[in-house]
Amino acid sequence: MTDLTTLTLAEALDGLKKKSFTATELTEAFIRAIETGNGALNAYVLPTPEHALAQAKISDERLAKDDPRPLEGIPLGHKDLFCTNGVRTTACSRILGNFVPTYESSVGANLWNAGAVMLGKLNNDEFAMGSSNETSAFGPVVSPWRRKGKDGQLTDAKLVPGGSSGGSSAAVAASLCLGATATDTGGSIRQPAALTGTVGIKPTYGRCSRWGIVAFASSLDQAGPIAKTVEDAALMLGAMAGYDPKDSTCVDTPVPDYAAQMREGVKGLRVGVPKEYRVEGMSKEIEALWQQGIQWLRDAGASIHEISLPHTKYALPAYYIVAPAEASSNLARYDGVRYGLRVPGKDVVDMYSQTRAAGFGKEVRRRVLIGTYVLSAGYYDAYYLKAQKVRTLIKRDFDEAWNTVDVVLTPTTPSPAFAFGEKTGDPLAMYLEDIFTVTVNMAGLPGMSVPAGLSSEGTPLGLQFIGRPFDEGTLFRAGKVIEDAAGRFAPPQAWWHSASTGR
Amino acid sequence: MQVDEATVQRIARLARIKVTAEEAKALEKELSGILNWVEQLDEVDTSAVEPMTRVVPVALPKRTDEVTDGDIPDQVTKNAPQTEDHFFVVPKVVE
Repeated sequence: MTDLTTLTLAEALDGLKKKSFTATELTEAFIRAIETGNGALNAYVLPTPEHALAQAKISDERLAKDDPRPLEGIPLGHKDLFCTNGVRTTACSRILGNFVPTYESSVGANLWNAGAVMLGKLNNDEFAMGSSNETSAFGPVVSPWRRKGKDGQLTDAKLVPGGSSGGSSAAVAASLCLGATATDTGGSIRQPAALTGTVGIKPTYGRCSRWGIVAFASSLDQAGPIAKTVEDAALMLGAMAGYDPKDSTCVDTPVPDYAAQMREGVKGLRVGVPKEYRVEGMSKEIEALWQQGIQWLRDAGASIHEISLPHTKYALPAYYIVAPAEASSNLARYDGVRYGLRVPGKDVVDMYSQTRAAGFGKEVRRRVLIGTYVLSAGYYDAYYLKAQKVRTLIKRDFDEAWNTVDVVLTPTTPSPAFAFGEKTGDPLAMYLEDIFTVTVNMAGLPGMSVPAGLSSEGTPLGLQFIGRPFDEGTLFRAGKVIEDAAGRFAPPQAWWHSASTGR
Repeated sequence: MQVDEATVQRIARLARIKVTAEEAKALEKELSGILNWVEQLDEVDTSAVEPMTRVVPVALPKRTDEVTDGDIPDQVTKNAPQTEDHFFVVPKVVE
């Protein structure tokens, strides 16, 4: 039998329906891959093999009765930011060390109700604050990709898988799951997807319910999938999305058949290329990749138009007011009283302060402090209100653009994957990782990253599509054209599987 | 905006995060750097701009004001570090 872990999600669905293999066999293949591969990658912070096999058993019963649900028997990884009923959920923070939710996130419930199987909880930057997965309390995730040296051989330097959904991107790229859930506040789905050769989509704000997801910045957070192919991402998002009365910002609008929309092609589609994204310091190969993407879309029948999004440069500074401000408010709940860590103090305030100092990592403390500062008495108008007004202008730029184009094409990241520690010394250098993705969150629009080529170091690069509100379908159409032209990208060697058990 | 050590300690108190003198020194520089960087927003004229609230104009959904949940004290207190008879226990607050 072929290695089941190398299938795409769509191929696996097909194989299950044709009874070429069972859901249990498929799940067991992934459990073995996690056993041999996770030690080196640290993508899963909590594998849940028994839970997975129990779900797979139910899937096999449904498949035997020819009554499968949309994702019947599909093994997925689940970002540790999603609350899971009876399964430890930590947001990869010490402060939630042993938190075991008594409820399931709505997006998670949608997936399990669609027949998907949970293989385990995936690593991420602490409270999703980071772009390299280096801030996790469980330690960093190692990318399955490695750089090529001058001699063409792979080097040993550990690369980051991007962040904050670094466990998700690494697990998908290393075939430790068929697809993974992720969340995106400033680029946390698209940037890790770009750095690992996977497909990631952040849907429109309000498309997926935020209920039961550990909150970072409530006006920016959205859930979405990271998958091996555009079609797989379409299938996953279709199951994750949908109205939920438990999230008052979740929008009651029909979820279309994304996989069907994906096949519509781009003939006549008007693609905008924003001149403001030609930023200083963008690498030559990213510029070349962008031009290549433009050519592929043109060849497929789309028309290309230069557009202007004049407030682009203000998105990142405005984000670094809005996101920390909302985070400082959301993270106020971690007080050592209702759940998680408690460090005793001489009085209740001392207990709070000791608990939060010990429980939050450095980057989280930094952001809570910034957020507290910009929201403190006398500063609200100058910072938070100002940033929210700038947001209106950023959104207005896009509203203008939609008069002449249907979708916008940009690079996903300004540079390829970097090595451990390369950007940790300077918070501003790390924040620049999100320069192309953060505008999309600020405007609340859907954005998707599709792998489009390799850097001179042999590591993946992604292109990003930005769409109108609730028009994810156009992103899948455009993404599919890039995927068909560029092909798929997998790490050249499965070095992460331990030799003892082999593969 | 230059953040001094006293300001760092004031914010840390507001945020209920204990910060050592050594950490405060490092934070002075980091917070000043970030706040100086966001000051570029001052270039943008926002005098006639409303702050953004929603991506698409949607009215906040409403429901009947009635109890839809509850009677689950075991679940509510299950993860608490210290409880007694379904109450959260904290250090003495009132003298």
